[in-house]
Amino acid sequence: MTWLNAILQGILLGGFYALFATGLSLLFGVMGIINLAHGDFAVIAGYVAVVLVPSTHLPMVWGFLVVVPIFALGGYILQRTLFQAALSRGDPLTILLVTFGLSVITENALLQAFTANGQSLDIGGLIADSINPNNVISISDVSLAVLIVAVVLLAALQLMLSRTSTGRQIRAVADDREAAELVGINHRHVFGIAAAIALATVALAGLASGMITEFAPTTGTSNLLFAFEAVVIGGIGSLWGTLVGGIVLGVAQQIGAQINPAYQILAGHVVFLAVLAFRSRGLFAVREAA
Amino acid sequence: MAALLELANISKRFGGVVVADGISLMVERGAAVGIVGPNGAGKTTLFGVISGDVRPDGGSVVFDGARINRLDPGARCRLGIGRTYQVPKPFERMNVFENVLIAAQQGGRQRGASSHGRAIASLERCGLAERANRNAGSLGLLDRKRLELARALATGPRLLLLDEVAGGLTEPEVRDLVAVVRSIRDEGTAVIWIEHVVRALLDAVERLLCLSGGTFIADGEPRQVLESAAVREVYLGTDELAIEGIA
Repeated sequence: MTWLNAILQGILLGGFYALFATGLSLLFGVMGIINLAHGDFAVIAGYVAVVLVPSTHLPMVWGFLVVVPIFALGGYILQRTLFQAALSRGDPLTILLVTFGLSVITENALLQAFTANGQSLDIGGLIADSINPNNVISISDVSLAVLIVAVVLLAALQLMLSRTSTGRQIRAVADDREAAELVGINHRHVFGIAAAIALATVALAGLASGMITEFAPTTGTSNLLFAFEAVVIGGIGSLWGTLVGGIVLGVAQQIGAQINPAYQILAGHVVFLAVLAFRSRGLFAVREAA
Repeated sequence: MAALLELANISKRFGGVVVADGISLMVERGAAVGIVGPNGAGKTTLFGVISGDVRPDGGSVVFDGARINRLDPGARCRLGIGRTYQVPKPFERMNVFENVLIAAQQGGRQRGASSHGRAIASLERCGLAERANRNAGSLGLLDRKRLELARALATGPRLLLLDEVAGGLTEPEVRDLVAVVRSIRDEGTAVIWIEHVVRALLDAVERLLCLSGGTFIADGEPRQVLESAAVREVYLGTDELAIEGIA
């Protein structure tokens, strides 16, 4: 029964990793941007909530109503200015260095403003609520909610990409930027929309992490690693793959922790390496058309 | 009324290679113009200058009375400049219908049912209607060329740039293609067609230009252009201009 619990906890953790990795996957899939500041963006979301939400008198659980629109708008502006300027240089290294620079700047600015102490988002008694079918298994309501949000979000994104005009434009620019312009698409605007969606999902992930655990100015980098692993395990460019990748990673970590608490992170890395070694394109790799 | 397209003194060099050396060209509304020229003459670069893929070093591009030098390809497409590429570039992970639908919605600025109608009409014209649900990545060369044309048509162009659409096709296929291009022209869309298969051109255009060394060396009635000394000299010693049409 303790093993079953470990697997359940792993699935819940995987939901969080998937939520966290979605934006990373989207930025890479559409624009080819490897965003090294991804984890730091999530941390910023936490601090934005800490600063802004109390003044709105909303309960912290509803903080996403404030933070997500700010991040979506910020994502669009960031893409149309800094990221677009870096992409226009044509050298993939430029954009990588830009995001690395953003990461360094963000961490240090946050350290200056908020000190290195960890914080969490106070959601009151909700944090302790859980479903307990027996005395071993305990499913935290908040973690379950995060998993549900991740699944709903990925389903909505998938539907948007496959059915709507905006989604079709995003797939077009991801496939061939030049051909997309040829049929009348303004690829810079579409990139902006994709970045807005990506940053909105990062904001959700940042808030979720603030509710489940703690965040500090430097936690972004270690979270980034898990997001990368989830994306690579699932297969780059596949949204459902990202969910599966997150869950595989989460379950591996929890089972590792069950064997020995010191093995939690190690077990995740081992599975990641195994996938790289045996299925280097990920479990759900999008097949290239012939 | 002013010309539909007016290129004035276009120049472009890639490193030391001059691919456009003060090119000027006027194309009237509804005209059908063919361009021939040896490989490396700058034909595709010229299309790039018109469609916005290539920024010229100097000169101006005027479409429908407005200077469009600084517009992106997407914006030029929405203004009414449609283009096909020599090597077709379908969105390989979409089906054929979606490829054309997105052109109708973005380039053609159609919404809802009218965008679907235009997409289907474009596919039917190019003989692709039965393959609408096929994945574009699975198409063979002929169908890719047809899709490239259907997609350009769906954007509702006033000027259509065709870059070697007949290359690699069999004779009956070329005949079908020429019929489609003629019907496009007959509806009032201006066409500029770059082609090595000169026979196809002769059936579809009323004016022919020859581009060589980054400049036009001949311009006029197609058969006269092909027989002119300047054009003969450019093609001397090559079979490229194997013009069964005038033999």
